[in-house]
Amino acid sequence: MLPCRGVPNDSPYLLLVLFAVMATLFALAPLAAARLWAKKFSPQKSGPQKNATYECGLESSGSAAIQFKSQYYIYAIVFLIFDVETLFLLPFAVAFTELPFGAFMAMMVFVLLLAEGLVWAWLKGILVWK
Amino acid sequence: MDEGLRSELSKQGIFTVTIEQLYNWGRKNSVWPLQFGLACCAIEMIATTMARYDLARFGAEVFRPSPRQADLMIVAGTVTKKMAPQVVRLYNQMPEPKYVIAMGACAISGGPFKQGYNVLKGIDRYIPVDVHIPGCPPRPEALIHAIMTLQRKIGDQRLGGEARHFDPDAPSEFPVPNFGEHDLEPGYNPEVWQPPKLVRAE
Repeated sequence: MLPCRGVPNDSPYLLLVLFAVMATLFALAPLAAARLWAKKFSPQKSGPQKNATYECGLESSGSAAIQFKSQYYIYAIVFLIFDVETLFLLPFAVAFTELPFGAFMAMMVFVLLLAEGLVWAWLKGILVWK
Repeated sequence: MDEGLRSELSKQGIFTVTIEQLYNWGRKNSVWPLQFGLACCAIEMIATTMARYDLARFGAEVFRPSPRQADLMIVAGTVTKKMAPQVVRLYNQMPEPKYVIAMGACAISGGPFKQGYNVLKGIDRYIPVDVHIPGCPPRPEALIHAIMTLQRKIGDQRLGGEARHFDPDAPSEFPVPNFGEHDLEPGYNPEVWQPPKLVRAE
């Protein structure tokens, strides 16, 4: 560390302490100044509605800590069947006339696999909201 | 400082400013509107923020999706009686100091739907409006003019002065109307709006 005038040589960490203090002040001073300014020139005017939960202007009803049925995620998974199917059906349809028979069969197997998944889910009764 | 001296100094290239002017200059050039639109006027409001009219030139393009961060409410469009309580509650949730621009004939008076059973005849019945813009809908230039008018108003405010939040007796919130049997109850807030007195000719 460079020798610094006014700093005793036997405490080399003093500069670091000084640095830490200055860094903290540097961060806190603007916050404190803003708080003081707000106290003097822009006082708070709070009220029950202003402090209430913001829900797009509607009054919030009930507690936010509720139990949500996890069954919903099965719908999300079943939706993937249609999602993936659409994704592959569009290029399939565009290239349909030039496709060889093997590719057509491969696509049919793929689509039927997905459809089978849906039928399976349907038969298991997971599309019925319980 | 004396106005003449200030003018003399500025001729010599010395710009003087008070804390109040500096503060208001910053405030008026960073008006953050609350992001919501009620009807067709909102389309003009959106157009105002886009490249052609460029509201960013006036520092007011930062539309906030939360009232906690907004200081300007642009009531852009028809306020239905179903929507009025929400608008008032949103206004209540904005921090002070806050301003309101009533944009368009509907927000001012009900406009072409004034005779409708479900339309509020002006948002100024419930909250204090700073700038009214007529028009159906007002052009983006009119909204920009309203912002500029509001900027002048903010620029003239005194530091720690007469604004509402310095008055401990002033209400912090405006009463939110309830859905009554036939109409909103109360029909207006008498603190901010009174029905015009009819003067009959003798």
